[in-house]
Amino acid sequence: MNSIDPVIWFFLFGLLAGVLKSELRLPSQIYDFVSMLLLLTIGLKGGIELANQPFALLLPQIAVIVLAGFLLPFLAFPALRYIGRFSKADSASIAAHYGSVSVGTFAVAVAYMNSRSIPFEEHMALFVVLLEIPAILVGIVLAKGISKNMQWSKTAHEVMLGKGVMFLTGGLLIGWLSGPSGVAPIAPLFFDLFKGVLALFLLEMGLITATQLGSLKRDGIFLLVFGIITPVSFSLLGILTGFSLGLSMGGSAVLATLFASASYIAVPAAMRISVPEANPTLSLTASLGITFPFNILIGIPLYYWLTTHFQTIFLT
Amino acid sequence: MNNDDIKLVTIFTEAALESQLVKDIDSLGAPGYTITNARGKGRRGLRGASWEANSNIRVEIICAQPVAEDILAHLHKTYYDNYAMVSFSNDIQVLRPEKFNP
Repeated sequence: MNSIDPVIWFFLFGLLAGVLKSELRLPSQIYDFVSMLLLLTIGLKGGIELANQPFALLLPQIAVIVLAGFLLPFLAFPALRYIGRFSKADSASIAAHYGSVSVGTFAVAVAYMNSRSIPFEEHMALFVVLLEIPAILVGIVLAKGISKNMQWSKTAHEVMLGKGVMFLTGGLLIGWLSGPSGVAPIAPLFFDLFKGVLALFLLEMGLITATQLGSLKRDGIFLLVFGIITPVSFSLLGILTGFSLGLSMGGSAVLATLFASASYIAVPAAMRISVPEANPTLSLTASLGITFPFNILIGIPLYYWLTTHFQTIFLT
Repeated sequence: MNNDDIKLVTIFTEAALESQLVKDIDSLGAPGYTITNARGKGRRGLRGASWEANSNIRVEIICAQPVAEDILAHLHKTYYDNYAMVSFSNDIQVLRPEKFNP
């Protein structure tokens, strides 16, 4: 059992405590602080890496990633609408969750790579920001069509200035402007504590996931199947994209994880405002109750395994 | 100026609505408002406030009766169909009625 990272045990511990209806919970201010630290840390790491390379070289990668961000929800939508038989609004909202990304899952993937000393491109934090936004816009368009009286400015404000995007972008910029030596004095708070902060974050995520499991009984088998098949198929697209962009093994596996992950913070908030008729319980049950635990327990090792065997499996 | 037409409007709703709601309340002419975090249970299930997506707020507005009626009508029309929301108004006694009924 040594191969299970202690942070995963924290998640399982939280999940168990939640299922047993323990009173355990992280004070909400602490949870806010912990998630802020995670976002800033991921941003800073990415920013430092950006400082090490000419930005122009990244432009093709950026273009492909943004394109993928627009594409993924379109792939998820038909399955939800025509197989799952959800309403248009619900299908669009769930599709947006799966097109977007989960920073928590990304953090666990980073921890997985680090603990196995697998190198990957640290600037991928930038991809997290890039993948977070397009799916939200696609989700809104899928739900409402394109009409003149769309309140795009309100939506844009909600999306761009939301906590996740702001902290990540802020961290990226600060890391980029400061460079490795500039960030060194604050490294103890952000980098040295990363694993401990992640453990606390996952403990709370376990507790939150447990609260979503109840609705799983109601909303049935389709969400369960969708919540597992979608990340696995998106991860294959991620591996393919990673290879075609010339990313390393580790980098492609992390990109696969990003493609596979589903949002549970930025997208729910944006969908609540922009597509209010969508039922938030459905999308959160899927993204938080199924896909998040699947990704961190099984998905990440699976995606790494698929990445290392991809060439032998698919290209021979 | 007397207390007869001063109302306390109370709204319980999803935290996600806060910024939008504040704009609405301002534009409908409320002289001010107070927002607190809340948790509880209603027809839409337990809202435990353990994290952003299931936290609630309680908004309180002291205002003149016509403003209170406008606010409640607006809430009913705009939000009741799709959001977890409860709102009501009370008659209240305040010390400086002119402050709330300019």
